[in-house]
Amino acid sequence: MAESLPWPGRMGQSRHLHIFDAAPRAELREVTAPQTAPSPDVARPRPQAATLELRSATKRYPGQDEAAVDGLSLTVPAGEICVLVGPSGCGKTTAMRMVNRMIEITEGDILLDDRSVRDRAPAELRREIGYAIQQIGLFPHLTVAANVAVVPRLLGWDRDRIDARVRELLQLVSLDEGTGERYPAQLSGGQRQRVGVARALAADPPLMLMDEPFGAIDPINRERLQNEFLRLQAEIRKTIVFVTHDIDEAIKMGDKIAILQEGGILAQFASPAELLMYPASPFVEDFVGSDRALKRLALQRVRDIDLWKAAVVRAGEPVADVRKKLEDADLDIPLLVDDHGRPKGWLSERGMTGERVREELRSPADPIVELDDILRDALSDLLGSDTRYGPVVDADGRVAGVLSMEALSHALSVPAEHIPTPSELAAATDGDE
Amino acid sequence: MMPLASYAPALAQLDDNFFGDRRNAVNECPGNNGLCPGWIFDNIDQYLSPLWEHVLLSIVPLVLGFLVATTLALLAHRYKFLGTGFLAIVSALFTIPSIAFYLILLNVTGRGFATAVIVLTAYTLVLIYRNVQTGLEEVPREMVDVAEGMGLTRRQILFRVELPMALPTIFAGLRIAASSTVGIAGFAFFAGAGGLGQEIFAAPTFRGNVVAASVLMILLATVLELAVLAVQRSFTPWERAVST
Repeated sequence: MAESLPWPGRMGQSRHLHIFDAAPRAELREVTAPQTAPSPDVARPRPQAATLELRSATKRYPGQDEAAVDGLSLTVPAGEICVLVGPSGCGKTTAMRMVNRMIEITEGDILLDDRSVRDRAPAELRREIGYAIQQIGLFPHLTVAANVAVVPRLLGWDRDRIDARVRELLQLVSLDEGTGERYPAQLSGGQRQRVGVARALAADPPLMLMDEPFGAIDPINRERLQNEFLRLQAEIRKTIVFVTHDIDEAIKMGDKIAILQEGGILAQFASPAELLMYPASPFVEDFVGSDRALKRLALQRVRDIDLWKAAVVRAGEPVADVRKKLEDADLDIPLLVDDHGRPKGWLSERGMTGERVREELRSPADPIVELDDILRDALSDLLGSDTRYGPVVDADGRVAGVLSMEALSHALSVPAEHIPTPSELAAATDGDE
Repeated sequence: MMPLASYAPALAQLDDNFFGDRRNAVNECPGNNGLCPGWIFDNIDQYLSPLWEHVLLSIVPLVLGFLVATTLALLAHRYKFLGTGFLAIVSALFTIPSIAFYLILLNVTGRGFATAVIVLTAYTLVLIYRNVQTGLEEVPREMVDVAEGMGLTRRQILFRVELPMALPTIFAGLRIAASSTVGIAGFAFFAGAGGLGQEIFAAPTFRGNVVAASVLMILLATVLELAVLAVQRSFTPWERAVST
């Protein structure tokens, strides 16, 4: 399993992290086109994942008028991440803990692959559900390997099978094999978090519950671990219930987001894009923030929107042809490219005074945006330049169009036909290397 | 200098021969009743049998005390309402002066090793009990929570998570109990159980004797504590794991 992982192995990992640390967007830049990414795992059977269904699940504590979770109904299809998000006291953690019966529901039902969790013995049920909380959840008195092995041991696996599984998992989360011998106190926060994920995955559970798993990690590392986790999820395709109070994390991680409001009431259950475009209530609108249009920028890539057409010209081309191209183009400045179609710069009027195009530039081709850049990063590049537009290149560096502020704002005002979910975005990044 | 004999003549049956030997020695020793290292060196084998008695008087109550106190603490951990009562009982036991304790027990269990062990065990209880209880209480709530979430049963959580994580605190209690028991066992001769205390009270004015017996007690306490520490280290390897 481990050798065919698109999640970076140890060698790829260090390269990745290096580039990533230097510039967060580099990670996305490395990406090649999704269609060139036939994952080598096609032949392998998909790991199991379960469908989770909450049917009017309600938790009432005796002596309290208001329910902690009130008639929560939602379905998480197998292999998707459902984020439970909301302000403190909204019952999101309670809702998550009802699933593995750490909190018993008082009304309604919860079904895991059409089987009620109430029909299962709690301990046995929990061993089938991965459970990860903030990094503090590692047992300090057990080595990393022993931490990962907790559930397999409970399930009575033999020693060889456990050892093999531990090795496989450490590799899966990009930790050295030697890490297994160490204690949690000897690891960095990021390493601990990875061990936490490995431990939750140990018995290959069809469902994982994650309670603010990145909560105790600094913002830079959190972003990196989120990206890694999404790539891992694109591979393992578990059903995941993910609790967070951070709407940005929810938008980034969730295939679907359930926003809960005080009293454990479901305010909206929708994909991130739907949530940002059509908030169901003032509460949701308020909770996702007044910058929700900006947040949508993180959900789309440059390739997803309508780009401007540029007049792409080469030195030595007849000027008459250039004039013709300009009539079709959205921009009245020709873009000079080299023999390989890579942008050199914007052609000046002087370059077109003769019979044929001479290499006279009015300005360099800056910024250069890539098709796989997310819109937020592309916008940032545009804002940082003088021109407010820039050539878009494909994975080989050839010009594919021009991105301008106008094209961006047009894309934001018109709902896209399909805005990819985070795991689709992550799957698209599998093609690097 | 033997006021004890006035209210407990039956207890400290001092050995006249012991006195006699030492009187001679004292007379020979330069500076009457002095330190006399030479005498100590020559007569050290006299102390070996009391030392062995003292070792038993320390280790047996420690082991028994550990078993009883831990059992009580685990019961109190499982059934919270027992905790206050248990703590009151073991604390009360600790406040009984040892002389009174021996006098009470002599009527019940008679003279001898068993009586001394009962008293000394009773004294270890509060030290060990409190530390086991504190150690279990101090296990972070998240640890128990995540263990529960992973599907460990109550008993598995106790033996695989809570008790191991409480070990450093439990061992700290054992170490205190070890050195304190060695000290309190100095009175075991009240019950006729011998020990190094008997040697001290046999010739309390002879400085050489008192020093010899006391140094042996201190050594014993130190060795016992180090032994507990060694066991602790082998049981809690994670405590030494430092981040690199």
